[in-house]
Amino acid sequence: MAVTASRIASAPALDVERVRRDFPILERSVNGRPLVYLDSAASAQRPLPVLRAVEYYETHTHANVHRGVHALSQAATEAYEGARERVRRFINAQSTREIIFVRGTTEGINLVAQAYARPRLGPGDEILITGLEHHANIVPWQMVRDQTGCTLKVAPINRRGEVELDRFLSLLSPRTRVVAIAHVSNALGTILPVKRMIDAAHAHGAVVLVDGAQAIPHSSVDVRALGCDFYAFSGHKLYGPTGIGVLYGREELLATMPPWQGGGDMIRTVSFEETTYNELPWKFEAGTPNISGVVGLAAAMDYVESLGLEAIAAHEQRLLEHATRELERIPGIEIIGTAPHKAAVLSFTMQGVHPHDLGTILDAEGVAVRTGHHCAMPVMTFFDIPATARASFGCYSTEAEVASLAAALRKAREVFT
Amino acid sequence: MDLKELYRDVILDHNKRPRNFGRIEPCDTHAEGHNPLCGDRLTVWLRLKDDRIEDVRFEGKGCAISTASASLMTEAVKGKDIPAVQSLYGRIHSLLTQQDAVPDASLGKLAALSGVREFPARVKCASLCWHTLNAALERSAAPVSTE
Repeated sequence: MAVTASRIASAPALDVERVRRDFPILERSVNGRPLVYLDSAASAQRPLPVLRAVEYYETHTHANVHRGVHALSQAATEAYEGARERVRRFINAQSTREIIFVRGTTEGINLVAQAYARPRLGPGDEILITGLEHHANIVPWQMVRDQTGCTLKVAPINRRGEVELDRFLSLLSPRTRVVAIAHVSNALGTILPVKRMIDAAHAHGAVVLVDGAQAIPHSSVDVRALGCDFYAFSGHKLYGPTGIGVLYGREELLATMPPWQGGGDMIRTVSFEETTYNELPWKFEAGTPNISGVVGLAAAMDYVESLGLEAIAAHEQRLLEHATRELERIPGIEIIGTAPHKAAVLSFTMQGVHPHDLGTILDAEGVAVRTGHHCAMPVMTFFDIPATARASFGCYSTEAEVASLAAALRKAREVFT
Repeated sequence: MDLKELYRDVILDHNKRPRNFGRIEPCDTHAEGHNPLCGDRLTVWLRLKDDRIEDVRFEGKGCAISTASASLMTEAVKGKDIPAVQSLYGRIHSLLTQQDAVPDASLGKLAALSGVREFPARVKCASLCWHTLNAALERSAAPVSTE
């Protein structure tokens, strides 16, 4: 997923001004200034085709799925299951039975932790994660550790914010049962060499989950080419709705896993003595799902493919390089996370100005960035900082917005000196 | 939104040169405060005589608002008895959260915090030190167990 110079040169250019017209929210102002939205890594904005697909579903199609013979229920079921096929194609899964709709990446990881790892692991077994992980890819494994008595190991990172690959490889052993790694670091933007890590983990017989929350909007993801066992991501980072996400799991593994929540839709027959479970993927989808969210997610996938993921990636990479150069020219700015392969995330601190104060001053200028620990407290601890400010880019971000960010940062410096 | 209202000179000065910064050892009571949203952490240390704060210091890492607020607080409460501190706590709370609160003269330099209420996301930063002071005082009031 590393974007090379040649890929940037060959990718079709993105007409960003046209793209921006698809996002009505970008027209608003904040604190009297035009909105400069540089927080897409926290949640991307939604384009009109997504908003319209959800509105059309709500005004023409809505009923419960898998439950009725009436026209609306059938139309809703078609929309819902059609979206599953859309997702399958988007990540090149083998079968729709491998696509489980969940609330988001967090729920996807928890499902694997509780339904795959918990029943299988015990004392002597190991789970391996990295020092870059988001809390959502740490805490579920700590819960499994406490439930089963297994051991949780962490592959360390270096000062550039990369996983130390040698240390990662040396921590793998036949005791390693589950490896859970980010595809892209949310706090620093580092792109992990997941293919190599997956192959190495498989050589030791471990099962690999990839947290794809930050990778899915910036690259085309092919789960079969990666060879991962599980891949989790969220709709709202991909210009889709909140509250919907996807867990991909290899069918062979999902088939052996017990359901993790009980309820309607996940059953075949129920009596007070015995229940038989539905088949994949519905076995893991208890209760009425987020149908409009699924419809919106499918529309978001259509949208990003219409722009072209390569074109989006190339645009973002150019912006990242431009923004890095611009920020490095501002006295006192230190960029946190300087790996050569990064996605559209720029984390930084300013000497003498706490990130929280930076966030407020930038907000007064209409510039929205994330400030804080980014749900990755161990990363902050590693760099011995309480927090960073993080600018992140999407398909609609522009060089003019980078200029607004730089101007607002210079203003922050003035306030504090 | 006027940044000058938030980052007044008094605030910037106390952020840059926080007063009463450090520990008191041994102390009579202390408490640690944490604002998980922004990562601010601070510890307030107290030496008490009867029901009077004889000495107060704080230590921690935080944004300008939380650091300046803690520094201003230590200046304001040193030498005061606990009922007076509690009354001050109430008035500061109103100042930070009520749109129409008018800082009265008795607040002194603490009145510089009145700009914070225009920035709701930052009220927690300014109030963290006061909650921590309160926790330290409550802890000292709790019966001491020798078990």
